Amino acid sequence: MQGQAADYIEIRLEETRITRIVYRGERLEEVGRTSSLGGNVRALVKGGWGFVSFNNINKLRDKVDLAIRQARLTAKEDFKLSQTEPAIDIVANEKSEPMNTSLASKKQLLDEYNDVILGTPKIRTSNIGYYDSQRKITFANSEGSYIEQTKADINLRLTAIASQDGQVQQVGLSIGSPGDFSAINGLQEQVKQTAQRAVELLSAPQAKGGEYIVVLDPVLAGVFVHEAFGHLSEADHVYENKRLQDIMVLGRRFGDKSLNIVDGAAVLGLRGSYKYDDEGVPATKTYLIREGTLESRLHSRETAAKMGEKTTGNARAISYLYPPIVRMTNTYIEPGTLSFEEIISDIKEGIYAKDWYGGTTSLEMFTFSASEAYMVRNGKIAELLRPVVLSGNVFVTLDNIDAIGNDLKMNQGGGCGKGGQSPLPVANGSPHIRIRRCLIGGS
Amino acid sequence: MKKVLSQAKKMAEHAEVFQISSKVTPVHFEANLLKQIQSKENVSTALRLIKNGKVGFAQANGSIEPKRLAEMAAETCEFGMPAKFDFPKPKVYPKIETFDSQIDNVTIEDMVKLGEQLIDSIRQHTPDIICEVSATKGIISVDIINSEGGEASYSKSFFNLSLEGVLIKDEDMLFVGDSHSSCHPLLDFTPIAEEVIKQLELAKRNVSIATKQMPVIFTPHGVASSLIAPLVSAFNGKLVLDGASPLKNKLGEQVFDKKFSLWDDATIPYQVASYPSDDEGVPSQRTPLVDNGVVSHFFYDLQTAALANTQSTGNGSRHGGLPTPSPSSLVIGKGNIPFRDMVRDIKEGLVVELLIGAEQGNILNGDFSGNVLLGYKVEKGEITGRVKDTMVSGNVYQILKQIEAIGEETRWVEGFLSTPCLYCTGLSITTKMG
Repeated sequence: MQGQAADYIEIRLEETRITRIVYRGERLEEVGRTSSLGGNVRALVKGGWGFVSFNNINKLRDKVDLAIRQARLTAKEDFKLSQTEPAIDIVANEKSEPMNTSLASKKQLLDEYNDVILGTPKIRTSNIGYYDSQRKITFANSEGSYIEQTKADINLRLTAIASQDGQVQQVGLSIGSPGDFSAINGLQEQVKQTAQRAVELLSAPQAKGGEYIVVLDPVLAGVFVHEAFGHLSEADHVYENKRLQDIMVLGRRFGDKSLNIVDGAAVLGLRGSYKYDDEGVPATKTYLIREGTLESRLHSRETAAKMGEKTTGNARAISYLYPPIVRMTNTYIEPGTLSFEEIISDIKEGIYAKDWYGGTTSLEMFTFSASEAYMVRNGKIAELLRPVVLSGNVFVTLDNIDAIGNDLKMNQGGGCGKGGQSPLPVANGSPHIRIRRCLIGGS
Repeated sequence: MKKVLSQAKKMAEHAEVFQISSKVTPVHFEANLLKQIQSKENVSTALRLIKNGKVGFAQANGSIEPKRLAEMAAETCEFGMPAKFDFPKPKVYPKIETFDSQIDNVTIEDMVKLGEQLIDSIRQHTPDIICEVSATKGIISVDIINSEGGEASYSKSFFNLSLEGVLIKDEDMLFVGDSHSSCHPLLDFTPIAEEVIKQLELAKRNVSIATKQMPVIFTPHGVASSLIAPLVSAFNGKLVLDGASPLKNKLGEQVFDKKFSLWDDATIPYQVASYPSDDEGVPSQRTPLVDNGVVSHFFYDLQTAALANTQSTGNGSRHGGLPTPSPSSLVIGKGNIPFRDMVRDIKEGLVVELLIGAEQGNILNGDFSGNVLLGYKVEKGEITGRVKDTMVSGNVYQILKQIEAIGEETRWVEGFLSTPCLYCTGLSITTKMG
């Protein structure tokens, strides 16, 4: 790489082993294994990038040449990436359990959960998707970094589907871990409740659309913080956009003094944790919002340099097929002081929304959906509702958070999608939070 | 591939090798400027085995020893599902045009110029807009061989041009965009420019709307972002078999408006979702799903069709694992009402161009609810401006039961759906107060 006519070059090689197990109802639909070998070269010339991905790892020099030729075509102006200390390191994964656990014992556990779902009266069918991966990434760049990292990931999504008189209702449960198989053990009771909830939804009414005071459980509030604010704090949305920079100026107030939002791969032991990002930058823990004001944002080496801010180690690629882009890692709202009872006690009429189906954002507008929701009347949880979709505007909604609980929990069942790269392992979390005037779609 | 098959035949009674190789060149513009040129080459080899009547599966991306792949697949057979199907014997495939050799003649410089022209034409209209543009060309080759002598092979070229623009005023963000795909090179940027400029014109002014039930015209992009996900799941033979589709016992019944017809069609020449053979060697076809409102068929792969006592419709598709039923191109039949007549008919209503989050509710039940990322208010027969901070909610079975009107023009959106505008009633509009 050295001595080439480029400002910066990096090479990534990757070996991955994946196991997938899929059930639909009583049918074990798929047990499959995938093995991948591939890599990429990325080159930077005067601010323009060339990127070459391949899975024939011979003739690397030709690939480097091609990436440089492409970068030259995009070259614009003199530009230097933000500085980072070259690292030479080998990071082993302490938890390599998915590879050491036999297919037979994985299947036995999933069989048990499937039996719990299908054994619940009025349940029509189930849907279970289990996935584990073990990935070894070797990274080297023209500045002298050489890093080997081994990462494991486990994800399980169980869905119970109930139907009656042409109505179909579903409730899902998602769990994940960075390789620790025990995280998906012992869920029988939770799985049973999930299945029962799907049945109860058949006779539940739909929420009336409108603005409500809503309380989000830690799981859904984690999805909320990811969608409503996390994506907007990714600097690649901002760094070339003067108007958005004016809006997202550091020090701007977004919420109450009690609001603190953090992202960080240096928060250990979660699905979004790592030692180095995919540009070889050490992971950090970053306060996006501290005491209600915008303190920093998530960066790659390019966005940090362009904006004159510090790197945060947030450049991630889902695999060798894609270049690294700015992504979240483990994102959460820090806990406050209130108990759940205190949060709901003075609500006359509102909605308590739990657990997630999904969420998305346009940066300004976001939506997120709860798979479980209840009316709250006179400070008490009242009747169950059909799943609700909540929506808001980031510049208004964060400031409408008026209560933050003391019960932070991290959820590891989700994956994030951006720029065609999905699902990226992330963790989201929050304590219970209360939001005034949240828009809910409905009848 | 032959080596993999012969290794596999030593370990199992039946075997099938599927190989896909691709070469894709995306050119990306960010913030109105050329940013990155990519070149991506990929080869995947998937092996499906049937051993003692059970299915095993393994896939390798990149090179792998044939014996190793066969061993990985054989290891999973013990746990696999019982095979209810046989791999297809030699078949005659329809001749479907999916390859245009002109794609080879398109240079990176041509693609850069195309992106620049597109961005220039939008910025001439709206200088402050910030555009992301991708121009992508690619070629894929698919080969399938199985132990019953079945063989399928085809190549496909594709080209995609897409633009997403954002216009920021104070804290108001307006998102516009469009994309086109074809097996032919698309070297004319004007259709996308015209569509995006039309969106910018209609969205010039923000207007408020009330919380209540009102009629909605879904444009082709609006249909794709609001109504398609629930329909795709409801017509999936696998969900029908499981009883997770509300259409389970509705075959032959009038479920939708008489004006509404929907079919899956993998045989349309030069469409990016077309193919002569599906991913398990079944010849492609056109499958009517809704015929004048009557549920007429579901789409199937081999295994699901066998379990449901019917035939595969050539919709076996792979997404990194075993084949599973997926639509190819979906087509909604056109009607005879011009868009302007639909607008003229509405006293108070909404035109939905793009909903976000609509597919994140309980789509199995046909429910959708999303935020209007781009939509316009209609008052007394005229579009008066852009609506935001607003949600649209409904149920596809209720709103497609009685459709006010179907548009006379259709277009392709997202490379897999051809649809006219649909003018529907009974949608719940919820908006922010004050």
